[in-house]
Amino acid sequence: MTDTILEVKGLKKYFSTPRGLLYAVDDVSFSIERGKTLGLVGESGCGKSTTGRAILRLLEPTGGEVYFEGRNVAKLSRKQFHKLRRDMQIIFQDPFSSLDPRMSVGKIIAEPIIINKLIKDKSALEKRVAELMEIVGLAPRLINSYPHELDGGRRQRIGVARALSLNPKFIICDEPVSALDVSIQAQILNLLKQLQKDMGLTYIFITHDLSVVNHFSDEIAVMYLGKIIEHAPTVALFDNPIHPYTKALLSAIPVPDLDHQRQRIIIKGEITSPINLPDECRFAPRCRHTRPECRQGQPPLVEVQERHFVACPFGMGLD
Amino acid sequence: MDITGLVCDRQQENVMICAEEGREGAAANHLILEIKDLFVDYETDDGVVHAVNGMNMKLGRKQTLGLVGETGAGKTTTALSILRLVPNPPGVIKSGAILLDGQDVFALSEHDMRKLRGSFVSMIFQDPMTSLNPVITVGEQIAEVIREHQKLSKKEADEAALEMLEIVGIARDRFDDYPHQFSGGMKQRVIIAIALACSPKLLIADEPTTALDVTIQAQILEVMKGLKEKYDTSMIMITHDLGIVAEICDLVSVVYAGSVVEHGTLEEVFKHPCHPYTEGLFLSLPNINSRSEMLQPIPGLMPDPTEKYETCPFAPRCHYATEHCRKQLPAKHWFSSTHYAVCAGYDAPEFRLNRRSGQ
Repeated sequence: MTDTILEVKGLKKYFSTPRGLLYAVDDVSFSIERGKTLGLVGESGCGKSTTGRAILRLLEPTGGEVYFEGRNVAKLSRKQFHKLRRDMQIIFQDPFSSLDPRMSVGKIIAEPIIINKLIKDKSALEKRVAELMEIVGLAPRLINSYPHELDGGRRQRIGVARALSLNPKFIICDEPVSALDVSIQAQILNLLKQLQKDMGLTYIFITHDLSVVNHFSDEIAVMYLGKIIEHAPTVALFDNPIHPYTKALLSAIPVPDLDHQRQRIIIKGEITSPINLPDECRFAPRCRHTRPECRQGQPPLVEVQERHFVACPFGMGLD
Repeated sequence: MDITGLVCDRQQENVMICAEEGREGAAANHLILEIKDLFVDYETDDGVVHAVNGMNMKLGRKQTLGLVGETGAGKTTTALSILRLVPNPPGVIKSGAILLDGQDVFALSEHDMRKLRGSFVSMIFQDPMTSLNPVITVGEQIAEVIREHQKLSKKEADEAALEMLEIVGIARDRFDDYPHQFSGGMKQRVIIAIALACSPKLLIADEPTTALDVTIQAQILEVMKGLKEKYDTSMIMITHDLGIVAEICDLVSVVYAGSVVEHGTLEEVFKHPCHPYTEGLFLSLPNINSRSEMLQPIPGLMPDPTEKYETCPFAPRCHYATEHCRKQLPAKHWFSSTHYAVCAGYDAPEFRLNRRSGQ
């Protein structure tokens, strides 16, 4: 019996714009087992960050349900939800803009604890902050520093410490390393991985960088224009991508290995506007295999191999 | 490749450098760009930042050099120095020389420098969102460069600009559109069109695809590769992405703390990295082809650029550093006539990197 910690069913987030409805997230469903990592991958504008925020109700979903440990998040009262949110945290992309520049490192890390009234005793609070700083690898002397005095890697460590401060079970990592240099990226990725091992955390790892999720995730869901178009265990997705978009995406990554052989698939054109989308496969305008059937309705996500879901009726038979 | 036999002691090294200079001296007129021992500082109120510390570079016709390094390594400052565009103040060129096609850039008048920019050498900047003028149509922005450097009538320049649009893959009827009507990838195409409008001999591309999505990046790299071939342009590709280097470059210079720590052909640097920093960069990359549990990051941080260093700047982060490294500045060690690393480790003849087995 699997231990599902989070289940998302038909999640929708639409924004109304002067030009019409913008389908940021459109009917997204998935579930994650406790202690695992789901990589949510796609290019800018595909709805991956909106999905993360809608799960945490940082953006109120337009429709759909989110179950955390079996409880429907949307049905909870504000107070109940606040309590639940201790277990669900987020690490933001940009460590330069997501920290309050007027708060010291110690204050930033202590703030969630104070707000949730978890520790009232001052010395105990100080001890907890020191402990958190040690866990994420920040030197104790930095406790009174301000974010602008620190480099990107250290700032992101503050973001991690803050997310950990309430002992969460589940963390959404929204592009946590894309603003960092490669040598620092590896430090943060290793830290997140170690924390997962030590604390049994569950992650949703949102990124555009497929080489990062390959390293990090147990399963990967690829998004395109608000929809998941392929969802599979990491190894299966990399070794046997089925959706034409996933194939092109994988082939587009520059690999720093001279012996790496592959055929590059260049997708023509650019991502379609997500406003007032026609009822057809979202990738059809750019797909090199488009057939008349692709223009009639949106293909559902179908299990084509064990735990390997694809939203393309012709996926298996292409190439 | 066994590098033992190639590691030279100081004396041999000098001989090899002379030999190299002799060879290149004969072919000196083929060098598009030469940078000799360049030092650039930014003098700010909070102190002097030593951005470039003894940068050397040589680039021949049709060659593409990948300039690889992390934030603050001095890549962009080097590029701006070539165009003499380092903002002054606070930027000051302290010493060194840059020769473009044999001409000393720092000796040119501003008028002559303007003539070179855009026609002999041009640059693609990192951020396509901010490098176009928002109130001028893209067609006009391309035509402007052409009129500036070539004696053409407005009509002829417009026609040439239309051709450039087509070459980079934008429909001709978008000539009268404004930059905000284009997506990031399309804007970068416009910038490439501007940079190549006067078929420069040298193109400097500063992280041209960093702001773009991977599938769009693949499109842009494809366009750049094609155009490079077509116009026989030499290119400097500034990037932190080793994957892009593998794809498009012939030569690689790895930059750390303002100077080149390793240089060689693509094959040499990627298959037999000789500087511990280069090795560290490869090890810290999440690799699509391997699913190892933990990455091997380079510990620590870049050195503080306001401090002038007298010993190896990488030593505090280096896996191999010994007392010897903390005594003097490391010397250049040649492994072939094209491949060197600036590392004191090789002062010991048996020194070898061992963390990353050759691919």
